[in-house]
Amino acid sequence: MTDTVTPLLQIQDLSVRLPSQAGELLAVDAASLSLQRGRILGIAGESGSGKTQLLLALLGLSPQGARLSGSARLAGQELIGATESSLRRLRGNRIAMVFQDAMTALNPQLRIGLQLAEVLQWHRRCSRAEARERSLAMLEAVGIGEPVRRYAQYPHELSGGMRQRVVIAMALLCEPDLLLADEPTTALDVTVQAQILDLLLDLRDRTGMAILFVTHDLGVLAQIADDVVVMQSGQVVEQADALTLFASPRHAYTQRLLAAARRLEIPAQEAP
Amino acid sequence: MTRRLPRVSLALLGLLVLASVVVPWVSPYDYYTPSWDALDLGPQWQDWHLLGTDDLGRDLLVRLMWGCRISLLVAAAASLTSLFIGVLWGVTAGYAGGRTDGWMMRAVDVLYSVPFIPFVIVLTVIFGRDIVLLFIAIGAVSWLDIARIVRGQTLSLRQREFIEAARAGGLSGAQIIRRHLLPNLLGIVIVYLTLTIPTVILIEAFLSFLGLGAQSPLTSLGVLIADGAAQMRGRPRLLICPAVLLALIVYCCNRIGDALRDAYDPSST
Repeated sequence: MTDTVTPLLQIQDLSVRLPSQAGELLAVDAASLSLQRGRILGIAGESGSGKTQLLLALLGLSPQGARLSGSARLAGQELIGATESSLRRLRGNRIAMVFQDAMTALNPQLRIGLQLAEVLQWHRRCSRAEARERSLAMLEAVGIGEPVRRYAQYPHELSGGMRQRVVIAMALLCEPDLLLADEPTTALDVTVQAQILDLLLDLRDRTGMAILFVTHDLGVLAQIADDVVVMQSGQVVEQADALTLFASPRHAYTQRLLAAARRLEIPAQEAP
Repeated sequence: MTRRLPRVSLALLGLLVLASVVVPWVSPYDYYTPSWDALDLGPQWQDWHLLGTDDLGRDLLVRLMWGCRISLLVAAAASLTSLFIGVLWGVTAGYAGGRTDGWMMRAVDVLYSVPFIPFVIVLTVIFGRDIVLLFIAIGAVSWLDIARIVRGQTLSLRQREFIEAARAGGLSGAQIIRRHLLPNLLGIVIVYLTLTIPTVILIEAFLSFLGLGAQSPLTSLGVLIADGAAQMRGRPRLLICPAVLLALIVYCCNRIGDALRDAYDPSST
């Protein structure tokens, strides 16, 4: 990686401290990373390694009482410590997030269409009809057949894969520069998972957005990521491009993660 | 997808509301004029005393229907006010969280600790006996429960991912409350409302029994039951009629509430 172009996202020594019963918990410990436009950066690590807290900190959605320090710049604009109103203009607009569980990331009481349109109406100040038009186009773009019918349905009427597509459509409506994906495929079965990954790669190629992809599944990262960051208990322990990392992991923790992933593959192949 | 409407209950409640409006209007008798010629008559057709008269010669059916009017009016007005205040208070406290939540719920605790009956007595002393006062007194007490329930529900909804997704989409607090929290609260609020209506009718009856509610000759179901209970040895009709009517209203409200809850939960078919 060369530093000739200013990266889209530059994180410097970002720390997130969460209040807990036993004093403060250091969820993210001086993490630094950078991401160029049009690239996919995978963040790997086990549960509790601070992956999700890192994403939430970028959106200013850390839990109540959290203390943030360090710096994160989106195309030069500082995100840490930015005012709520300026963050609100960024959220869903220039930085969008895809949540882990599409089952719960959609409001069960609202029709799909309303949930899509409200983001557009707020950020783009467009009319209801226009919002509907663009939402339908986006549903089509993420590979949902019969968008007009789906538009008027409730989340529980869709399958899991379909819902995750809706969640992705919702995130992409305002054509964000940066997409934060928090384990978007973990709750899906393997075939649907592959479809969603293809969809994300395809959308990246078409829109040129950058994706920060968080997962504990190294197999997924091998398929999608250009670069990989490995996190352990809040710290970035290794950062390399995907090929290098999978071929010759340098850090002991990365080696253990990879070894564990390989061990799990064997029984999967033997299964009928 | 066939939703079963509680047809019988809806029809019955509709009929009662209609009757309580129409009957006193059509009947040759009013609810307040005693008649020395018609003391304590049994049910009969010839003078249109369909349910007979009470010990002062007033037509029982007309008094029943007036009682129905007053009870339903008190119930509707009081539960709607308590609903409005309670939901607003609860959802604000629950969504704001932290210190705001703490202060708002402490206020509810303080109001809870105000003893209800002395509170109403003080009100009547200050403002005189008035039916409007009943609305205010009952509303002022029953919104506390709704506020607590709505706050609890909001706290658990706030943990759900779609609220976080809405925040990540850049929506403001007010937008999230309006678009995402209120629709999800509707089900439990409606169920609670159907519990509140009968409770309010009963509170009204209790206050009337103490002489703090509807003032004679104006009547309500509570007053009628209290009067009837005093004479149930000699004239069981005077107790049975209003008691059956009250039970019917309470049953219909519960039945309709159940059906409404099912209707507002889109995942139940």
